[in-house]
Amino acid sequence: MSIMINGAAMSLPEDPRVSLLDLLREHHHLTGTKKGCNQGACGACTVLVDGERIVSCLALAMQYEGRAVTTIEGLADGNELHPLQQAFIEHDGFQCGYCTPGQICSAVGMAAELKRGAPSNVTGDLSADTIAFSRDELAERMSGNLCRCGAHNGIIDAIGATFAARPEVAA
Amino acid sequence: MTPFSYSRASDAADALRRATAGAKYLGGGTNLVDLMRETIERPAALVDVTGLSATIEERQGGGLLIGAATRNTAVAEHRAVRERYPVLARAILAGASAQIRNMATMGGNILQRTRCTYFYDDEGSQCNKRVPGEGCDAIEGFNRIHAILGASPACVATHPSDMCVALAALDATVHLRSAGGERVLPFTDLHRLPEGRPDIETVLEPGELIVAIELPPPLATRSTYRKVRDRASYAFALVSVAATLAVEEGRVKDVRLALGGVAHKPWRAFKAEDALRGQPATEQAFRAAAEAELAHAVPLHDNAFKIELTKRTIAAVLGELAGEAA
Repeated sequence: MSIMINGAAMSLPEDPRVSLLDLLREHHHLTGTKKGCNQGACGACTVLVDGERIVSCLALAMQYEGRAVTTIEGLADGNELHPLQQAFIEHDGFQCGYCTPGQICSAVGMAAELKRGAPSNVTGDLSADTIAFSRDELAERMSGNLCRCGAHNGIIDAIGATFAARPEVAA
Repeated sequence: MTPFSYSRASDAADALRRATAGAKYLGGGTNLVDLMRETIERPAALVDVTGLSATIEERQGGGLLIGAATRNTAVAEHRAVRERYPVLARAILAGASAQIRNMATMGGNILQRTRCTYFYDDEGSQCNKRVPGEGCDAIEGFNRIHAILGASPACVATHPSDMCVALAALDATVHLRSAGGERVLPFTDLHRLPEGRPDIETVLEPGELIVAIELPPPLATRSTYRKVRDRASYAFALVSVAATLAVEEGRVKDVRLALGGVAHKPWRAFKAEDALRGQPATEQAFRAAAEAELAHAVPLHDNAFKIELTKRTIAAVLGELAGEAA
């Protein structure tokens, strides 16, 4: 039984109680993914599974056998940051940084959703094929990631600068 | 978390075989895993049913059949759902967060449990849902988010789903399978009112599995969902309204209306529908229908505001749909 994490096959636990979050942090020492509420409310543990964003705290690791997980450690290209990581620095997208890995993984998944035309709660026309990377859309789509420092404006700025200007960056 | 065994079902028959006494079916886990961590749920075994049908098929006559393992995101994003059942797409998109909608299945969303804070407070509160006969601390407690319709002296909890409110308004049916065979139930008959047994939330038999949700052809092209909540996103409903409305020559030809956040189950507003058929599609008639539905609403000490809020939201949603239809 194995799972792909950032491109490498890794073992799954024998105990089905282990969450994907604890598998990453406690078993494989990938501590970039953070444990906030551990009940699906804060988004700090957001990772990508086959490109889709999920909260890893509510995911039993065993359910994800054979799937490909990308964490914050898997986004940079060697020493070169992912464009969104760089934008978080340039736009003050964080203060304490605890929510940041979840924010960035979530935004990468979000950009792919928006690019393929998935609607949101603030999308006016559900039949539209394309949806703009507007501030309202970005804020709504990122509502599952809380920042207690209140860096949300910088976060939305960073996401907008990365994907609105260059949609090709989105997966 | 109490230890349990985990296995993955290859199809519905395999799931039924694996569902021995004390087992629970596992979808995306977004509610069940949380409840297990709080030790409110303590299944001996989990049978993972996420590998079962996750397709959305066109039915003869214009309906849709949605496999129970389909993720909420996939349903809200589906072209036919967006165009023919906008109320369902909007209800799903109004719920939870994108991450959770990516995980949550249709079946799991339907069977999620209340977010009553006393239900979750395993160590400090009494709750008839957790321990039948123990008592309900919500009735005299902080009950701003609790029920105004169909509650009982045993339980005032609400059903938390947005999606289910749309399914109630759409005359959906649920396809069920058990060792005894298959049956199809109207969605509005699936969930129970609390009465004396709030721990029993649906009419599902032990081991019975939801395999699909069927939507009949839509009543009207216009339908929508409006959710009133304490913050603009990622919060449970105080009150929500799902509606579809057919207007002909200024009169209500037909209407479907369901309410969320107000009762132990997704609340189909049959009284308001009856009051509306044949009436002029006016604000006055919409308000009168809302009054009829809420006539027997019973407030708790923190939630009387929900009665007027529900009436206003019903009238506003019907007004919006009538305006579009004109």
